[in-house]
Amino acid sequence: MRFSTLAELSAQCREASKTLGRYMIEEQARESGKSEDEVFGQMASYYGIMKEAVRRGTTEETKSRSGLTGGDAKRVMAYRGSDEPSLGGDASAAMAYALAVSEVNASMGRIIATPTAGSCGIIPGVFVSSQERFGWSDEQMVEGLFAAGAIGYVIANRSFISGAEGGCQAEVGSAVGMAAGALTELRGGTPEQAVHAVGLALKNSLGLICDPVGGLVEIPCIVRNGFGAVTALAAADMALAGVRSVIPSDEVIGVMKDIGASMPEAHRETAKGGLAQTPTGRAILSELRGKGGRS
Amino acid sequence: MRFKDVFSIMGPSMIGPSSSHTAGAARLGMAARQASGEQPDEAEIIFSGSFAETYVGHGTDLAVAAGLLGFAPDDERIRDAIALAEAAGMRLRFGTELRPGGHPNTVRFALRKGGREATMIGCSIGGGNVEIVGVDGFDVKFSADCPTLLIDHRDVAGTIAALTEIVGEAGINIRAMEVDRQSRSGRALTVMELDDDASPAVMDRLAELAQVERVRLIDLDGEERT
Repeated sequence: MRFSTLAELSAQCREASKTLGRYMIEEQARESGKSEDEVFGQMASYYGIMKEAVRRGTTEETKSRSGLTGGDAKRVMAYRGSDEPSLGGDASAAMAYALAVSEVNASMGRIIATPTAGSCGIIPGVFVSSQERFGWSDEQMVEGLFAAGAIGYVIANRSFISGAEGGCQAEVGSAVGMAAGALTELRGGTPEQAVHAVGLALKNSLGLICDPVGGLVEIPCIVRNGFGAVTALAAADMALAGVRSVIPSDEVIGVMKDIGASMPEAHRETAKGGLAQTPTGRAILSELRGKGGRS
Repeated sequence: MRFKDVFSIMGPSMIGPSSSHTAGAARLGMAARQASGEQPDEAEIIFSGSFAETYVGHGTDLAVAAGLLGFAPDDERIRDAIALAEAAGMRLRFGTELRPGGHPNTVRFALRKGGREATMIGCSIGGGNVEIVGVDGFDVKFSADCPTLLIDHRDVAGTIAALTEIVGEAGINIRAMEVDRQSRSGRALTVMELDDDASPAVMDRLAELAQVERVRLIDLDGEERT
């Protein structure tokens, strides 16, 4: 790739008069030696899998193998149908869809890791709900996924995208930034505005630890995906309104790396701290160990 | 750059819940199947570290069984893989052990078919990526993210030149290679990681060398061939 920072990415897009998504399709084709149609086709198949995961998670049983989670997306869908959600119907749909995909993941269904399995609900939640709301074509959505991928590519190479390395800020935080930037562009924002959306979103998750109860990708991962989708909508709205990330987005990515590197191991996916070590978290862990001993 | 392209960020397509504990585990199962060269009748699967702690909740056991059956990490049959393995006549035994100093997500396989036994030790290092660190008692280190040849041979002078000549003549670039032996003039294993697929003809030519006992191919993303 010919960019390694978001500033370079947005400058190159402006120079070429291209969207982040369109530019990334061309860069990916160049880098991989494949045709643009081929790389577009692979991402299009991923979008189909995301939509199917939303459908399943909002309509089918999603109890996890541990039995700890499942059914929350359906609860939010039912509530939206019977009452006026405080978020409004559209943001509430994004939240429900993000929960749905995360629950499909926890129940051993098929998902696309975006960027990881632990954060796989946020981008589908934002994308599928926004497509329904604004009537966008699948082609526009797939181009948007390339925009999300371009942003994630910079974050991953300049910081972290795994909870074991950088905490939840690196997984859920990165996914929110990717979704926010891509949504800003899909709604007609400039590359500069999309990049501001990334910085605005990332600032809101700095310091978030990875503390999965029982070491499983369930509690608090699933609800954090629901919250993450809502935050992405908010960050895109701020950027489209002209709010700027005063600390440039590349510097926010840098500080996410610094914070992740200084995070204690107990707060990096080991289940040795945070929510995992609350009295209830510990009780759940010992119950799971009982079940795990069936070998 | 640690992450090379857009699909190392967006993707892989996989069965949840964890890229390391489920998708990576399925790839390790498939690597073990290919390293043994056949579908085993009996598989002993021993988890250590975080795998040992959380394998039930993450479906690591199901994912490994799926890999042993040759299923890809996004195959929905993963959820039923233990039952499917048993239906296919594969006896599975899961256990746990302590491996001080080992990678937190390590699994050890002992696969049996007829009188033969193959062993493999592998680690799931994140994002569905794996590292194989042991094959049949030999120390190795390869990622299985490209076609990889495992060549069993006797420790005889000139063997490496003979092996690389055949591969080179076929126009195949070797990206990394390592050799481990049990003793001088004894059994040895050469691991060749390739940029291109190894054709059956190349594998046959390698196997025809007098000092070569067996040639196996690990290719997790290609069509299965042993």
